[in-house]
Amino acid sequence: MDILTGDHYCLWCEGRYFNDFNWRYLLGMSTNDGICSECRESLLSISGEICRICGRMLNNLSKEFRKGELCLDCIRWEDEPGWAGVLVKNRSVYQYNDFLKGILSRIKFRGDAVMVSPFMSPLKTLFKLEFPNDVIVVPIPLSSERLYERGFNQAKVLAELLDVQLKEILIRDSHEGKQSKKNRRERLAVINQSLFKCIDNVDLEEKNVLLVDDIYTTGVTIRNAAKELLNKGANKAYSLTVARG
Amino acid sequence: MKFASFLYEGQTLLVPEKLSSKEVIVDSPVASISQIPYWDTPPVTPSFTYSKQIQRYLSGKQLLLEELPFSINTIYEHYLNGYITFVKPINQLNERFYCTRCGNDKANLFASFLCARCDRECMYCRNCIMMKRISQCTPLVEWVGPEMLFGNEDYKMEWNGKLSKGQKTAADLFVKCIGSREKLLIWAVCGAGKTEVLFEGISEALSKGQSICLAAPRTDVVIELAPRIKKAFPMVEVVSLHGGSEELQERGQIVISTTHQLLRFNNHFDLMIVDEVDAFPYSIDDSLKFAVLKAGKNDATVAYLSATPDKDLRNKADVGEITSVRIPARYHGLPLPVPAFRWCGNWRKHLKRGAIPEQVNNWLTEQIAKNSQVFLFVPSVNLLESVFDSVKLKLQNVETVHAEDPGRHEKVKRFREGKTCVLITTTILERGITVSNVSVGVLGAEDNIFTESALVQISGRAGRSADYPTGDVVFFHYGKTSSMIGAENHIQSMNEEAKRKGWIS
Repeated sequence: MDILTGDHYCLWCEGRYFNDFNWRYLLGMSTNDGICSECRESLLSISGEICRICGRMLNNLSKEFRKGELCLDCIRWEDEPGWAGVLVKNRSVYQYNDFLKGILSRIKFRGDAVMVSPFMSPLKTLFKLEFPNDVIVVPIPLSSERLYERGFNQAKVLAELLDVQLKEILIRDSHEGKQSKKNRRERLAVINQSLFKCIDNVDLEEKNVLLVDDIYTTGVTIRNAAKELLNKGANKAYSLTVARG
Repeated sequence: MKFASFLYEGQTLLVPEKLSSKEVIVDSPVASISQIPYWDTPPVTPSFTYSKQIQRYLSGKQLLLEELPFSINTIYEHYLNGYITFVKPINQLNERFYCTRCGNDKANLFASFLCARCDRECMYCRNCIMMKRISQCTPLVEWVGPEMLFGNEDYKMEWNGKLSKGQKTAADLFVKCIGSREKLLIWAVCGAGKTEVLFEGISEALSKGQSICLAAPRTDVVIELAPRIKKAFPMVEVVSLHGGSEELQERGQIVISTTHQLLRFNNHFDLMIVDEVDAFPYSIDDSLKFAVLKAGKNDATVAYLSATPDKDLRNKADVGEITSVRIPARYHGLPLPVPAFRWCGNWRKHLKRGAIPEQVNNWLTEQIAKNSQVFLFVPSVNLLESVFDSVKLKLQNVETVHAEDPGRHEKVKRFREGKTCVLITTTILERGITVSNVSVGVLGAEDNIFTESALVQISGRAGRSADYPTGDVVFFHYGKTSSMIGAENHIQSMNEEAKRKGWIS
């Protein structure tokens, strides 16, 4: 990058682009966000009316899939014995369109870790806006096998963008198979088996936790992790993801 | 995987963390291979029974450890016996990084992450990330045992077509170059029959037991070439490699591959043929040129094929740095259609009002009336729709196509089958497509996207078949450009040269 002209290469399309050359930039108040403005425009923010719990957009859902301020999925969760109130709220930055799908799979399956950087500033903003500032931030872990295979945990790399201390207190069991290869029924089938274990000697009494992951799809992964932390004494569980699938 | 090194009989040898035992006294900490400054490869133990499977899988390639379906124990045993070596994946010189696999050295195409395999900040190459991430701690594995040999008896060529005089001249020169370190440019006009020119040379190379690569920048070309080569050499193992190919792990004496896929090879081919050497992305991507050089042996014969070689290649041919031969005539012996120029005013303005210029409309109607199909090239994707809307007011069976079009292959297929009358297209179809009775129009030929070579290639779509050797080529423009004139001169000078040689009537 050229400091004076704000000249960069887009991480996604590799095209050259320019940061706005203004006082904010010169004073170091605005930072390079990794992708050019055209690519940025292909990312669609979550906006308008959203489900109070899972944070999905309600205005593109048909009537029978929502009830008041909740979506049908969350109503089902709240009716399920043992699952009511496990997740207080999830918030996600972007709608899961093909473009975002491409970026996330490049990060996860190709291993291009630096591709998370466009998410830094919107994640920080949403974090400050939506969650109490004393939450304990916990990235959703990978199993040790998958971690070795990928070389890094994308949820942790995303959580690091928040610039707060992380608590890696969850351990993931290694026998579950890939979530992205399963359909909703298969994912929901494991709902009552615990996918995660909290490490010992952690004191979560009266503390609120914020789980961070790349995507919220059915909510099984996040609720499972939330439940484990609540069982260890946590007060409330929240979650923050880049995409709402 | 982490490694350590230890001294043994004056050599510094590597040992993977998993296999390092207490008996071996390592003299370096267990670390990322990037932390180990130097290591040796033991000399070959001739008595060692090496795995034919590994040889077949790995010979002539450089692959990541994790791409190999063999246990680390087996691989390491081959290393200790001198049949395999480990190669540093990313090299660093001062502040600069180099990717061993793709040759990338651009700072903006490297990044790093805290790696769970080596527990440190680990640099990786973003340029070749589509072929599994290569990072500082993932060594490339190379076969250094005996080369895999191909038989040289039963290759038998099944092709016995007749070459045109132009083809014959080039084919003879090509045959002469086989077995030498010669670099050869075969400059053959569109429709000259380049592929047939190669058969005798390939046959000669096979008779010497050579391994042969036929590379092209684009997947379409690989897919089109493979069955023709297989048919001509039915006794030879031929594999085709491209993204999505199911033969990626297969070995063959003839490999037909996209230039991308060659990144996995190393010092392997005796004969490297690069088709469409001026085509995107090979023309602008240094790592693909790197891939071709790396895949070939140091003393390989290299043949470049093109109808429109770039300046660099033409200069090299002019000063005699490479051998070259030109085929200015089509195989059917009739001249190339020369483009006609037709001024059509400010057609963009016209189009905004919803219509293509009258001249274009009339010309399209004439072509359809004489039963020709038509390619209508336009400068950009965003014009396709408005041109389409205007054309379909008068004509039926009109379609549009562009690079990102999900129905691209289907649409091209329908056009080939004659189900579509007019195909409105971006430059994506400038190459590689042959339809027998077709006329070619370019709307907005003055646009920058239409370089001289693009226009020569586009013009080369017309009159390719012996049954319909003529075909209309018209450049509709709003002001002549030097590229348009350059293309016209290029085509005319080819026709003149062919006439002088008596190769066309």
